[in-house]
Amino acid sequence: MLKAILSQIISLYRICLHLFAKADTVQYPEEMPYLAPRYRGRIVLTRDPDGNERCVACNLCAVACPVDCIALQKTEDEHGRWYPEFFRINFSRCIMCGMCEEACPTYSIQLTPDFEMCEYDRQNMVYEKEHLLISGQGKYPGYSFYNVAGKAIKDKDKGEALNEAQPIDIKSLLP
Amino acid sequence: MEELTIFLVIYGTLLGAFGAAAVLVWFERRLLGFWQDRLGPNRVGPFGIGLALADVIKLLAKEDWVPPFSDRLVFIFAPTAVVITMLLGFAVVPYTEHLFIADLNIGLLFFLGMTSLAVYSVLLGGLGSHNKYALLGGLRSAAQMVSYEVFMGLSLMGVVMISGSFSLVDIVKTQAENGWFVISQFFGFIVFLMAGIAESHRLPFDLPEAEHELVAGFHTEYSGMKFGLFMLGEYLSLILISSMITTIFFGGWLGPSFLPDLVLDFVPPIIWFFAKTGTCICFFILLRAAIPRPRYDQLMSFGWKLLLPLTLVNLLITGAVLLWL
Amino acid sequence: MIQLGLFYMAATITVVASLLAVTRYNASHALIYLIVSLLGSAIIFYVLGAPFAAVLEVLIYAGAIMVLFVFVIMMLNLGAAGVDNEHQWLQPRMWIIPSLLCLLLLAEILFLLNTSSHALSGTVVGPKVVGIELFGPYVLAVEIASMLLLAGLVGAYHLGRRYLLDMRGESL
Repeated sequence: MLKAILSQIISLYRICLHLFAKADTVQYPEEMPYLAPRYRGRIVLTRDPDGNERCVACNLCAVACPVDCIALQKTEDEHGRWYPEFFRINFSRCIMCGMCEEACPTYSIQLTPDFEMCEYDRQNMVYEKEHLLISGQGKYPGYSFYNVAGKAIKDKDKGEALNEAQPIDIKSLLP
Repeated sequence: MEELTIFLVIYGTLLGAFGAAAVLVWFERRLLGFWQDRLGPNRVGPFGIGLALADVIKLLAKEDWVPPFSDRLVFIFAPTAVVITMLLGFAVVPYTEHLFIADLNIGLLFFLGMTSLAVYSVLLGGLGSHNKYALLGGLRSAAQMVSYEVFMGLSLMGVVMISGSFSLVDIVKTQAENGWFVISQFFGFIVFLMAGIAESHRLPFDLPEAEHELVAGFHTEYSGMKFGLFMLGEYLSLILISSMITTIFFGGWLGPSFLPDLVLDFVPPIIWFFAKTGTCICFFILLRAAIPRPRYDQLMSFGWKLLLPLTLVNLLITGAVLLWL
Repeated sequence: MIQLGLFYMAATITVVASLLAVTRYNASHALIYLIVSLLGSAIIFYVLGAPFAAVLEVLIYAGAIMVLFVFVIMMLNLGAAGVDNEHQWLQPRMWIIPSLLCLLLLAEILFLLNTSSHALSGTVVGPKVVGIELFGPYVLAVEIASMLLLAGLVGAYHLGRRYLLDMRGESL
């Protein structure tokens, strides 16, 4: 009993000392907290160095998304390059988990250190492609999926990609 | 005393008590914040003191709702009881030797009677709500308050024995000669402190409203200004208990005797009273910040098995010393 | 003059509250009126010059005993069924004989009050006097009352002990 009472008195004393300790509070709107560059916040779609959309509408992000907040539709241009016809993220559902970023084979979808996305109207939380697309390359400058992929597009035929051998002519018998 | 002075003191007490209770809403949160390494409310006005006003406006503007399943008469009567009894309790507090509303020859008993009547607000609030959490809170408070009233009364009897009077002014005057009662009646002080916390159901002993078990206990169904009255009553009882501790055990308006006479002559008595009461309130808030809530059976056994024997022994020794020494 | 006015006001409140306490169907309402009536009688005590008795009335009766009454009412959880029960019990043929008896008693009291000459003495009886009286001439009554209370306490503990032992699975 005596020990229990003593412990209460000690805890009173220790808590009282905290009057002189520095508060841990960050006064948020005036004093912005530091967010790391890889902080998982608002999602953006990036472009490759040529200024084209990186997204190839493979749907992996939509599959990986645990809350199903990503919706997109694939389409092609006249040279066979894939791109999303629409790309829609419902940020009122998004939990900023970053699974889409991990799933993306082209570094197109990226999370940014920005979380201040409050809206009065819930419909405004649904971002379309023109809201998501940024003009830069995001966290992976210089990377272009089509430059390392074997697919033929405009101005780049098969075998012209980075580290890619010429395609084998299966109709020839030469080694 | 002249009638005008009495009226002034009455209105001063009323305004002061209400104002202090409103400011305490802000002050308690702020102080709790500091003790928990936070800042506390600091947005509204300088240092956040506008929070007191904002809270009052919010409570007044809220819908004053009486649940259809409740017992209307009891439900509406309950919150008024605590405020009325606590304000009545201020009638016997002597701020200085000449500044008080009434110096009853039974002042101490009057205070005890008023605190014991304050139970009804919690009890009837729980009964009238027709809600099981409220009922459980009311039941708990009934048992807790009735038990701790016993120790509260008994712990003060040693003081009454030494000073030979129930009048609070006389009790303070005795302390001018004999030294503060916190030294000679230390165990009485400890028990009165505990019982005071339990009576005003402040945080370590706030089992009637224990929010993690009983939602909000007896005021689960209350909203708007009726809830505001409960809150006001709680802060009023905090102030009342603090000023009673000051008056009975810490020498009321007397300055500490170890200070040089120059300081004692310079500082007016009322400053000493309010400074001591304020310190006491801060201590209550520190208790809230530091001590976890005990279990209900722990609370009861702590009261009956530790505090009651302690008070009885204290009473016995005090009586023996007075009789034979 | 003020004292007389206070007395009549408190007396009226007490009588009305007592009547309401008897006639209410809802038990919790009846208890509230009973508390009010006790507080009223406390004020009467105070006006008659017995402040100590007045405070004890508030402290013991209104503050402790009635709390236990309310406690019991809460435990019983009387709802609409209790109100219906009271409706049945409060038929005129149930209360007419007790009321007649009460009227008889009231007449007796009025008669006694009329014949006795010293009403409203106006002397203030302080706590010290009460204490000396209690432990002087009336010490026997105090002791008997305390014995009674002790017996009640021991009995309550005995009943509670059986329950506690049952809970722990032991026998007496």
